[in-house]
Amino acid sequence: MRIPRIAMLTASTLAVAAIAACHKTPPAPAPTPTAAPAGPNADSARRAQEEAARRAAEAEAARRRADSIAAAEAAAGNAATEMARMRETLTQMVHFDFDQSELRPEDRGVLDAKVPILQANPSVTISIAGHTDERGSDEYNLALGQRRAAAAKAYLVQHGIAESRIETRSYGEERPIAQGSDESAWSQNRRAEFSITSGGQTLRRP
Amino acid sequence: MMRSLRGLLPFVALLAASPSLHAQDSTFKGITLNGTYDPLRDKVSIAVLPIAGAFGDSIRAIIQRDLDFSDRFVVDSLDASDPAALRNPGAAGGLNYPLFARLQAAAVVEITRTPTGLHVVLHDVGRSQVVNVEDMRLPATGLSRDWRLAVHNTSDEIERWVTGTRGVAATRIAYIRGQTIRIIDSDGADEITVPTEPDVFSPAWSPDGATLAYNTFGASPRVLLMDLATGRSRAVVPQARNVTYSTPVFTPDGKTIVYTRAGENGSDLFSISAAGGDTPHRLTSGQGTDNTSPTISPDGRRIVFTSGRLGRPELYIMDADGTNVNVLTDFESSERNYRSDPDWSPDGRTIAYQERVNGDRFQIRTVRVTGSSPKYLTSEGQNEQPSWAPDARHLVFTSDRSGQRQLWILDVESNRVRQLTHSPGSRLAAWSPHLALP
Repeated sequence: MRIPRIAMLTASTLAVAAIAACHKTPPAPAPTPTAAPAGPNADSARRAQEEAARRAAEAEAARRRADSIAAAEAAAGNAATEMARMRETLTQMVHFDFDQSELRPEDRGVLDAKVPILQANPSVTISIAGHTDERGSDEYNLALGQRRAAAAKAYLVQHGIAESRIETRSYGEERPIAQGSDESAWSQNRRAEFSITSGGQTLRRP
Repeated sequence: MMRSLRGLLPFVALLAASPSLHAQDSTFKGITLNGTYDPLRDKVSIAVLPIAGAFGDSIRAIIQRDLDFSDRFVVDSLDASDPAALRNPGAAGGLNYPLFARLQAAAVVEITRTPTGLHVVLHDVGRSQVVNVEDMRLPATGLSRDWRLAVHNTSDEIERWVTGTRGVAATRIAYIRGQTIRIIDSDGADEITVPTEPDVFSPAWSPDGATLAYNTFGASPRVLLMDLATGRSRAVVPQARNVTYSTPVFTPDGKTIVYTRAGENGSDLFSISAAGGDTPHRLTSGQGTDNTSPTISPDGRRIVFTSGRLGRPELYIMDADGTNVNVLTDFESSERNYRSDPDWSPDGRTIAYQERVNGDRFQIRTVRVTGSSPKYLTSEGQNEQPSWAPDARHLVFTSDRSGQRQLWILDVESNRVRQLTHSPGSRLAAWSPHLALP
């Protein structure tokens, strides 16, 4: 019989998961089933029985303890992932057209996604750094970078984030993230970068 | 190579400068030249005699190079193998004028070392006589930075004696490389790094050459003034939240700094007392656009700056108090124009700036303050950020014509260019005023 590949994969994944589970939870020593002995060995048989029961109970407790640790670990892992995802959302860049500081429609969504996280975490403050590509005047670009940072900030403030929580600065064309002198590099470099300046150790889900 | 001046009239005695300059300068005697002399286009043929004594060869080489870089001289490469032939035979041993006449030298510089410096003599070959004599002090430490400045100053004096116009050899150029400020002599020697924090930008000289204004950007933006004698900087505009400061310049009286404040609503020009303790005074009202890179007329009455108020960067001119704003560069208007980084010439007549040509690379242009006579000065590679020398004739600018951004110097009269720096990433140059000897 041919097993469809996907099913096989699933089966083996389950097997691996099972093995992994076995690794995580130390196997409890199997309680030895013993027939009730009679005669002069009755006392020792009873002691053995009690001992077996005690071992079984201990094993059960250990298993439960291990299970709850695993569950806590999994929950913590999820929280960490969730936190990382929120941080990623908060620090996702927006981009601009040449010599422009207007937000592009697609970048409004990038900023919209930051709003609920900032609202759910009122102690978080951020810094926005405006950047330009290498074209244009070095001096004019330093001013343009500030205008880009201010545009991103204004959008967040309009959407309810306190002005005092957002600081802006400019690096002009001085900190390119993409090298090269073509549109691909330029478009990556025309950006506003976001960094969390305080309160970002733990983030509450919106 | 031009050996003598244009024109065929034999030995018509002319003073080699405009009458107005001559009238202002009583020490100016000039040199006999054959033909008519146009101080902007003609070059005077000059010879510098070998100099005996300590550092004599260096002094001669520096002066010859300075005179060459002035673009007002053709320097005779004298055959110095037979010094005796340069003098008349006999005990008096005066200069062999007929020999220099045959060599078509109009002027001869004769320098001897003295205990304190140099004894400089200028000979007029046409009149077969000495026309200028001066003793010049040299610092004791040969080849030091101050010593070289003193030698450059000698070159500038010789230039003034001959042409009526002081040279610009005794000047320096401040610029940015690798987020630090450097200062280099006008001939490309003796570069130093000025001690500042990182992320510095747009150095500008005070009118007396003793102070540099500059800004920092990024995490801690301020406008700072550095005393070049001590190397100490102080913030004249302190850091403020959500603000980037840039492009500070001194007013010609040295008392005020005009600079850019980029904040929550575009950028505008402000002024503040260089002494500090003053409230900033707003000069432009850009209403959300960028207004930056101010340059001030030598009489201090007007300011030219870059503004994006009509969508694309153009040059604007206004009164020093911010009134009477007009666009300066509205000629050849197109959607793809981008004009910026103006610098007002020290003679007050011309603005040098950069313009994006054909939507592509920047080139250096000049335009009269009236907005007339725009000219292209460069075409090779990308050329940006012009800054005038005190002679209003030479410009230092950033060019990538060699493959990397370097500083170059252009003589706008002869269009001759020379490379000033040889370290990649050099930019944002500011040419100093004439520098006094320490």
